[in-house]
Amino acid sequence: MVELMNNKNLKYSAMLFLSPALLAIFAFFFLPVLAAFVMSFTDFDIYSLNHLWRVRFIGFENYKKLLDDPVFWKSLFNTFYYVIIAGPLSVIVSLCAALMLNSKLIKFKAIFRLTYFMPVVTTLVAVAIVWRFIYHPRFGLFNYLLGFLGIDPVDWLGDPDYAMPAIIIMTVWKNFGYNMIIFIAGLQNIPEYLYEAAILDGANKFQLFRNITLPMLAPTMLFVGIVTMIGFFQIFTEPYVMTQGGPLDSTLSIVLYMYREGFRWWNMGYSASIAFVLFIIIFLGTIIQFKFQKRIFG
Amino acid sequence: MKKLLLLFVVFQTLILLTASCVTNKEADVIRFWGMGVEGEAVGKLVAEFEKENPGVKVKVQMIPWTAAQEKLISAYASGNLPDVFQLGNTWIPQFKELDALEKLNGYVLDSKTISQDSYFPGIWETNVIQDGIYGIPWYIDTRVLFYRVDDLQKAGYSSAPASWKELYEVARKIKSIKSDKNKYPIFLPTNDWSVFVIFGMQAGADLLTNDYTYGHFNSPEFKRAVNYLLKFYKNGLTPKGFTAFNNIYQAMAEGYISMFISGPWNIKEMKKWMKGNLKDKWMTSPLPAADTNGIGVSLAGGSSIVMNSQSGNKHTAWKLIEFLSRPTIQLKFFRMVDDLPARREAWESPEIKRDKFIKAFFKQLNHVKPVPKVPEWERIAFSKIQKYMEYIVYEKMSVETALKKLDEEVNSVLEKRRWLIKHGRINE
Repeated sequence: MVELMNNKNLKYSAMLFLSPALLAIFAFFFLPVLAAFVMSFTDFDIYSLNHLWRVRFIGFENYKKLLDDPVFWKSLFNTFYYVIIAGPLSVIVSLCAALMLNSKLIKFKAIFRLTYFMPVVTTLVAVAIVWRFIYHPRFGLFNYLLGFLGIDPVDWLGDPDYAMPAIIIMTVWKNFGYNMIIFIAGLQNIPEYLYEAAILDGANKFQLFRNITLPMLAPTMLFVGIVTMIGFFQIFTEPYVMTQGGPLDSTLSIVLYMYREGFRWWNMGYSASIAFVLFIIIFLGTIIQFKFQKRIFG
Repeated sequence: MKKLLLLFVVFQTLILLTASCVTNKEADVIRFWGMGVEGEAVGKLVAEFEKENPGVKVKVQMIPWTAAQEKLISAYASGNLPDVFQLGNTWIPQFKELDALEKLNGYVLDSKTISQDSYFPGIWETNVIQDGIYGIPWYIDTRVLFYRVDDLQKAGYSSAPASWKELYEVARKIKSIKSDKNKYPIFLPTNDWSVFVIFGMQAGADLLTNDYTYGHFNSPEFKRAVNYLLKFYKNGLTPKGFTAFNNIYQAMAEGYISMFISGPWNIKEMKKWMKGNLKDKWMTSPLPAADTNGIGVSLAGGSSIVMNSQSGNKHTAWKLIEFLSRPTIQLKFFRMVDDLPARREAWESPEIKRDKFIKAFFKQLNHVKPVPKVPEWERIAFSKIQKYMEYIVYEKMSVETALKKLDEEVNSVLEKRRWLIKHGRINE
């Protein structure tokens, strides 16, 4: 094998075979990322779109402006609020659903699985429109149900305090099915004999879950956690369709803000700097999660 | 495997062939982009144009309104703008600044069909930037007052309010009559800058100053307008937020609101919802004036037809613009999409004259003003004005601080413009 690798011809042919993929990655990924990086140090805007002599190199000005920009902080706060609440909630709901569907007591598993998975494959725009009705302050299903509990109607999407919770509830409902399927796969990979042995040793249900299911699910958990976190940090469509970031920017996520600055107002330079800040945040989040899970699950 | 490869090769050649067809331009093909229903309607109108001009072919493409601006700018960046296209008239400054628009002064001067006198002056004005004409008004809109005649009558008014004072009084009276606290006399959405800008302009505010390089919202005029509107929110005369009414027409029909300010596209929907004995229970009226009884100014809205400055076929492109601007074609267009024609001749036709709901628009169109003509306006309006007006309405900020902060942010948005002007890097 080593001899083969040393063969020069082979090396070249390997490069040749790799080159289309590498070229595509270079042209469609690295170049744009590099261009965006350079752009984040300029004030590229609508005036400069076809007049490059109107571009100014402004160094770290965009990044400095970001730090001073209350809307950026607001969008950052909203995004963290969303990720921290919706992320774990979504994972917990998926795990519970998976545990229930994996239980031997449940019949018609396939139907339940299908039903829970349905929201995942439904177009988000259609879902958002239906949920706007559910959240309607006067005719909405949600307020109707709250009425039975004696709770006054809430203007879910119109009140700055309730708009984000409303979006969180909707996205958890929409997304838990996907993670649920992954958890079910993870659960089915846990060998039955572990449980049998533990039961013989006199373990109760909770001990089984704590000492077998959870550790055995750790790799799945890591995967689900990271993918969910990355996906949730990039939340965009939900507020874009449901609230356009309002009211009072209370559902403005960082990606939505980036989109707005870049493609709505053509502040490409500023928008690029937001993109890189988001990149750094997600990168850090992933590292922390890796370390964290390693420590817990070894 | 071999079959797959063959298929692949065939596919590739097909793609190459179609690509070469596109670059291999035929002699007289005019590309036209229109938005939404307007684009669709043009597709039906051009047959007549093609008949009149043998050898000319018009390719019409429809682009959705919601993504129109992004699509047009991207098309411009990649050199793919069509020869002629529709442009919302508040977007003209942006595309003019990109050098994407052909200056039309010479064409208009030589034209037998198009002259400035045929258009409403306020609307024509939106297409003019520093003496250059960059678009020909196509269809127009402006905001007027829609109201429930019966609700106003119950409150003791036989006609629509004609001054700010009257409007407020009407609203208070209606509120006192209606028992349901979910019913509001007027709907002024908080997520819409236009109401605040309209009332500001009525009070005489100039919005931006010094050749549109500084914000001027912290002016007594604009402050007066904001304070006036704030009274409606504070006294429960209009709902806060915008989700309270998913369907404004239904809310009107069910009596949840008695008045709202909006454009001509509502007429059709209102007719649909106000059926049976509600049929004559609504009306439109020009907006009230600030001080005296009369007509207050409103926005000069609508779309223009513009020519791509890079078009290889400007002569025929202009012919298409002239064709679409003919009063007879404008009338046909009106019948198809209900957009109000820009040509005043078309307004003489009985079908428009007889429609009592359109009358208010005719009156209002003689009292319209364009918003500041700078590329930054949309951004200022949607992301700055709207935001601070929301802060004021939700009482998170006092009027004084909000307007001061608004000016600060607007000034920073306009910093680039000031720099460009100072260094002579802007096309004047």
